[in-house]
Amino acid sequence: MLRATLKSLLARKLRLVLSGLAVVLGVMFVSGAFVLTDTLGRTFDAIFADAYEGIDVNVAAKPKIALSEMEGEQTPPPFPAATVEKVRAVPGVAEATGVIAADGARLIGSNGKAVASFGPPQLGENWTGESDLIRLREGRGPNADGEIVINKGLATAGKVAVGDRVGVLTPLGPKQEFTIVGIFGYSGGRDSIGGANEIMFTTPVAQRLMLGEAGTVNSVSVKAADGVSAESLRDAVATAVGDAYEVKTGKQLSDEAAAGFKEALSFFNRILLGFAAVALLVGTFLILNTFSIIVAQRTRELALMRAIGAGRRQIVSSVVLEAVAVGLIASVLGLAAGIGIGALLAWAFGNLAGGLTLAGLGVPASAVISAFAVGIVITVVAALLPALRASRIPPIAAMQDVATPDRPLTKITVAGGLVTAVGAVLLFLGLGGNAGDNTLVTILGGVLFAFIGVALLTPLISRPVVNLLGTIFAWSVPGKLGRLNSGRNPRRTAITAAALMVGIALVTGVTVILDSAKSSISGLAQDSIKAELVISGVQSGPRPPTFDPAVLEKVAAIPGVRLVDGEYGDMAVVGGERTWVAASSEVGALRQIFGATPTAGDIDRLAPDEMLVSSDVAKNRGLSVGSTVPVQLARGDARTYTVSGIYTASQLTNPVVLPPQAARDFAIPQPIQGFIQLAPGTRVADVQPQVEALLADSPEVSVADRDAFIEQQASQLDGLLTMIQILLALAIVIAVLGIVNTLALSVLERTRELGLLRAIGLRRAQTMRMITVEAVVISVFGALLGVVVGAGLGAAVVEALKDEGITDLILPWSQMGVFLGLAAIVGVVAAVLPAIRAARINVLGAIAHD
Amino acid sequence: MTATVGRQAQAAARASDVWKVYGSGEAQVIALRGVSAEFERGRFTAIMGPSGSGKSTLMHCLAGLDTVTRGTVSIGDTTVTGLGDAGLTKLRRDKVGFIFQQFNLLPTLSAKENILLPLSIAGRKPDPAWYDTVIDTVGLRDRLDHRPAQLSGGQQQRVACARALVSRPEVIFADEPTGNLDSRAGAEVLNFLRNSVREHGQTIVMVTHDPTAAAYADRVVFLADGQIVSELIEPTAETVLDTMKKLDAPTEVNG
Repeated sequence: MLRATLKSLLARKLRLVLSGLAVVLGVMFVSGAFVLTDTLGRTFDAIFADAYEGIDVNVAAKPKIALSEMEGEQTPPPFPAATVEKVRAVPGVAEATGVIAADGARLIGSNGKAVASFGPPQLGENWTGESDLIRLREGRGPNADGEIVINKGLATAGKVAVGDRVGVLTPLGPKQEFTIVGIFGYSGGRDSIGGANEIMFTTPVAQRLMLGEAGTVNSVSVKAADGVSAESLRDAVATAVGDAYEVKTGKQLSDEAAAGFKEALSFFNRILLGFAAVALLVGTFLILNTFSIIVAQRTRELALMRAIGAGRRQIVSSVVLEAVAVGLIASVLGLAAGIGIGALLAWAFGNLAGGLTLAGLGVPASAVISAFAVGIVITVVAALLPALRASRIPPIAAMQDVATPDRPLTKITVAGGLVTAVGAVLLFLGLGGNAGDNTLVTILGGVLFAFIGVALLTPLISRPVVNLLGTIFAWSVPGKLGRLNSGRNPRRTAITAAALMVGIALVTGVTVILDSAKSSISGLAQDSIKAELVISGVQSGPRPPTFDPAVLEKVAAIPGVRLVDGEYGDMAVVGGERTWVAASSEVGALRQIFGATPTAGDIDRLAPDEMLVSSDVAKNRGLSVGSTVPVQLARGDARTYTVSGIYTASQLTNPVVLPPQAARDFAIPQPIQGFIQLAPGTRVADVQPQVEALLADSPEVSVADRDAFIEQQASQLDGLLTMIQILLALAIVIAVLGIVNTLALSVLERTRELGLLRAIGLRRAQTMRMITVEAVVISVFGALLGVVVGAGLGAAVVEALKDEGITDLILPWSQMGVFLGLAAIVGVVAAVLPAIRAARINVLGAIAHD
Repeated sequence: MTATVGRQAQAAARASDVWKVYGSGEAQVIALRGVSAEFERGRFTAIMGPSGSGKSTLMHCLAGLDTVTRGTVSIGDTTVTGLGDAGLTKLRRDKVGFIFQQFNLLPTLSAKENILLPLSIAGRKPDPAWYDTVIDTVGLRDRLDHRPAQLSGGQQQRVACARALVSRPEVIFADEPTGNLDSRAGAEVLNFLRNSVREHGQTIVMVTHDPTAAAYADRVVFLADGQIVSELIEPTAETVLDTMKKLDAPTEVNG
């Protein structure tokens, strides 16, 4: 029996290749995700181990606001340099160095633009001399205030050399010019550590520009004397410096830093696994179909097995065994492909992040286990239904040409209706926000059920729709035959089309949601921002682009400018809760530019100890005018502010507005955006060049008119959309494989019939056209389903997000049309090989075909 | 035509008052009308009749491939009627062998693997002496590693015969075994079937519409219109043909 199964499998290996390919692609995604995250994880481990190499113990002040890795680079707060002396005096300390290191030092390259970072920090530090890690490659260390050294990677990126005068942007001041006096590299010949850019100043300059306080540092690096363990020294130093400090070993620091990155990576991993799930869902349809067709083709053979004594269980296990074999082979190939893809992505990521030195490629056990588990389980689950059907073949079928009767669609339709209803209910619960913590799971479950339900309903829909679609092609005999063929087995057509539906529905749904969001945001901005010109930049890393606040005053002096507002923002702890706070250089902008209206108090002015809150915040926290709230910002001590006004909350207003003075204590104390309102009758074109000129020293930002700004903001969603579409394209590719597969198997199945058609005079080209029409009808049908289901799902999500400010529902008609057109092309492409095969059928051989 | 207790022990297969009705109402077709018959152990019985006489239906019911509407069927001491799928599977595995008109070999397996397939499905080892005997009787020793596609029709049918014989079933049912063969290959297969009855005591029930084929049997049972209408012992092609002619005439009038 086993041998019969395996031999039958081998004889059909070609037929299984295509369905196996779907599993290979799914498994590739899954294992690729694990390989990628493992490789990057170990890369970061190595990077941070290097970065903290030679540090036995590190002393830092406790941060004012705890930030997660996703929210940006943590800069430890400054503390008096006297602490360094205190640490140095601890017994067992061999060396203690006061270090200044903070994110936000940006070099302006030879092209006049700030060297961008796509994730790694841009550190501004004090030069503490060469070490085990840092070696000067050229020049010397900085001796004077106007001198800096930079790392080799930054020098290469900015195309600058020793001796150049360069501009440097720092978080706390305007652009300043420095002379590069040295370029350094790292141990092992590396040009950067993890793609980080480093600019090192003399200590006083670093204190002024990076910390904003003279005579301070923000960490102390300690080396232990020989024979003193890092742990015991850590405890000794901690006792010496007291509770205000966090004392950690270098190992701890590097582990913590790496753990933060791994958290971000695991998020990335989940996204990749999500797409793998989509690919596998589509693959499941494909395998289900392949096995159904194979079982149908083997009816006589399976009936024979039954006639000569095979039990039902043996038939089921023979089909399942085939599935296990296919799953196993596909998993092996998928794993290999996944390792390749993981390596490729890791390499791409490394390059994008500025030349990461990747750790060796890792294949974690999770990748191997998940590859085999997913590959085999999916294949077996998909093959189970056909296997059960196979076991129900009566032995008598071995003796008769039993035409499999067209089973009624009632059962499957009822099941489809029920599953769709369950999906709808889950979606309703999830989108309605009634599912609590399980909202995401509920929504995903709802989408999954909706897909399966619609797939089950598809056979019923397929008859009329396929007939209708087919009518378009029915003008020729081959076209008519193709149309009839596609309606011949509604289940098979339905599953093939449903596979395509999933991918297209997801793309359409995401497009509907993002387009609606974009349109809503644009619409809102058009209506509500009363500023003719906007200063902003495109954010490339975790740190937003900023500009020199001095520009604001100069802009205000330009004739025709009525109001100028610079917006600052940061995460703060307000009344014990982490809250996003903003500060406006011009408090009046809240009403005059952003259209907020007061519900209580005065929102047009703020004393240094007053704050404004939105009506939502006021309601949630029970605040009213006169309430006092303690606020802890990234720098300085907690301060108590008095609520002096409450304004209507809208999409454009921040929850909490602090006075402009507070921005000094923000992590980024420079404006992120600027809004300029012109006096009536002033031409935008007259003012814009003047503002542009003022921004010459702030190369990260530019000034744009309002429409361009809105377009720029909205277009940030375009990148996201493109990325999702590319990833979902994989699901569509798998579905296309499904169409090829179904057609190829149908052609095999109908060999005799095709031979007959050829014998009575159907030309080769006509045969090919017949197959092509069948393919086009199936794929257009699938695309149509996908567009309808996707638009429906998208619309449901948009409806649910109405309260979040997505008020417009945009159906991307042109894109939906493109999908249908593409589906027709896909059908033609998918038909190529099966059609050639059908056309090549030997007439005589086919008629004799058993 | 009820049997005595003494003869019952000798019957390899038995049908008692078997009715088979397909469909209902207007579309109702009565394929068998109260057929009772016994097929003795160690004999080669042919079932004959014109198209639509119910001969294939009778065989399918006897073999447990089809259910009867009324009456009972038994094979050896097993009552087939009323058996569930598991019972039927066991019956087919242990007591019944089949030879089909279309040979029905698995194209992916070699001749030898095809022959041993029923045993391997049942998880049994072949009896080497009996296996050798079967192989020598069908004369396929030098073709055992060939695939069905590499064998002639006659050879394929001999492989199918060997497959049916190798598990020593209580009874072998052959459905038009020579229907797809030329006369020479057909004669080979029929000779082989007769020999396995004469020399090894195998019981064979064969459905055919070919008088020459029926002449190889020990006994011929004639069916017309769902009923047994005649019977011949030690038939020759001539006597079979004569009986057929007599049957045909009234059938055509009735039909």
